Amino acid sequence: MAYTIPVENLSGKVQEMTLGTAGRTVAVGGGTTLPFHTFEGVKSNRPVIAIEIQDVPPADWPDEVRAQYDAVSGDTVTWAKYCQDTLKADAIALRLTGTHPDRENRSVEDAVATIKSVLDAIEVPLIILGSNHVEKDSKVLVAAAEAASGRNCVIGKAQEANYKTIVAAALAHNHKLIAMSELDINLAKQLNILITQMGFDAARILTDPMCSALGYGLEYTYSVMERIRLAALAQNDATMQPPIIGDVGMYVWKIKEVTAAEADVPAWGALAERGVAWESVTATALSIAGANMLIMRHPKAVDAVRKTLDELC
Amino acid sequence: MIIIGEKLSVIAKRVRLAMEARDKGPIQEIAERQFREGAAIIDANIGPAEDGGEDLMQWMVTTIQEKVHAPVCLDTTNVSALEAGLKVHNNQWGKALLNSTSNDPERFPVLELAAKYNCDVIGLTVGKGGLPADAEERAGIAAEIMARAMEYGVPLENIYLDPLVLQIATTQDQAVKVIETIRMFQDLNDPPMKTVVGLSNISNGCPKALRPILNKYYFLMLAEAGLTAAIADAAEMAEAMHEKALIAEVMAGKTLDDPKKMAEIVKTVDVIMNKTLYAHSYLEM
Repeated sequence: MAYTIPVENLSGKVQEMTLGTAGRTVAVGGGTTLPFHTFEGVKSNRPVIAIEIQDVPPADWPDEVRAQYDAVSGDTVTWAKYCQDTLKADAIALRLTGTHPDRENRSVEDAVATIKSVLDAIEVPLIILGSNHVEKDSKVLVAAAEAASGRNCVIGKAQEANYKTIVAAALAHNHKLIAMSELDINLAKQLNILITQMGFDAARILTDPMCSALGYGLEYTYSVMERIRLAALAQNDATMQPPIIGDVGMYVWKIKEVTAAEADVPAWGALAERGVAWESVTATALSIAGANMLIMRHPKAVDAVRKTLDELC
Repeated sequence: MIIIGEKLSVIAKRVRLAMEARDKGPIQEIAERQFREGAAIIDANIGPAEDGGEDLMQWMVTTIQEKVHAPVCLDTTNVSALEAGLKVHNNQWGKALLNSTSNDPERFPVLELAAKYNCDVIGLTVGKGGLPADAEERAGIAAEIMARAMEYGVPLENIYLDPLVLQIATTQDQAVKVIETIRMFQDLNDPPMKTVVGLSNISNGCPKALRPILNKYYFLMLAEAGLTAAIADAAEMAEAMHEKALIAEVMAGKTLDDPKKMAEIVKTVDVIMNKTLYAHSYLEM
């Protein structure tokens, strides 16, 4: 007798959203099944990979990934164009690291100028990320939303402590919004409720339940993402139906496994392969858990995940 | 249903200050109020009370019973303070209740006291390693506590099994498992084992306005499952009893005249049953 694949009929769906403008849009999310369960219903869009750049040269990135961009990262616009044209990024994630008070403490005006010149140079969708400094972000991201008006970007991250100003700015300039909570599904739901109570359409939220690298709590992120998807699909919980974003690169490219010299830990193998493998595995795992969009750094890791997705989608 | 009034706890600032100052006024006022609201037993939670716990527990028991003619639930991890309290407890209005023993060997001396003084004792179904995962694990631990109690000479009818209520805001799936556990505990013996919960922990960490709502409906659902006693806010539980008919109607599929109350009950029951994901604003959705 032929084997019949058991099919689970789920009642919910993942929100689908479109980023960017004109001919270079990208669709995120959608679908009525758990990730890659293509036999159970309408499949979601292939996870979108955004390649990360910064408003300042990545002096803080480990050599292995920094060196990939040495020729272009001196200028944010050149770096952005390289990711779009040479690396064929689906989207660009511009992190305004330099605005952090403990870093270059770049001004709001400087950040705005960078955003405008990057937007002038690229066609793919742009994700604009703050420096994860709650007070500074609420100033920088408000100005960023205005500077990017009309380009249908993603602005983030709105957190419990600063979501009001950032939500208002994303609302006024018609952007999508990343809502980030810290590895707690109940708080993720609560933040999405609070944001929609401000009149922001749930269909324009991306949920970031906080990422973590393999070996550094990946199982927590995995479990929260998986439970968010189950709430969205099995319980048809509208507050949990926004697409999920995994901010992978920044969590991977700081751990000792991607920086320790071969001479110190010969058993760990080639440094050049280690970081790439680490970022690929973390990103792949999260796409299986439910991430609809991934922010990544190393071109070879991006390639590896693309190959896996080619087979899964 | 036996309500054990929870308000005399060292965690409450006013109570703690009164305990430190040996000021009878606030203690007796709170004890009397709870008794009027329907508490049949008054909990005296003095915390770990490592220094001077014996004297404090004796003072609490005598201070409470001076005004309130009810038994006291002696609530501390300090075993010698428990014994000191038992020595002065007036059994005229009922047996004292010890809070608590468990499957942790450090808590076995509490069973010795329960045997020696022929009083009631709460058996918290946790062991030495971590929190119980489900109803089966809790029932397994309960069976061990019951066997241990028989070894020590404590009659099973003197034991109240406590499944340990956890916070719905962080461990939502446990709420319904505790309800299942209450049913399962009763099957462990004939006549059925008595059961108790520390009710208010369900809403610990939730917004203030939400707490009585979760407490009340969770209480009614546990009562429906056969719960014997609850350490709880007596006033809230009195209110809950007034809403017993309402929740029964909603559960039977009827529509209430008051749409707000109807929504409150339906949404809260769904969250407790783990059918919708908890968030602090779940009532607003």
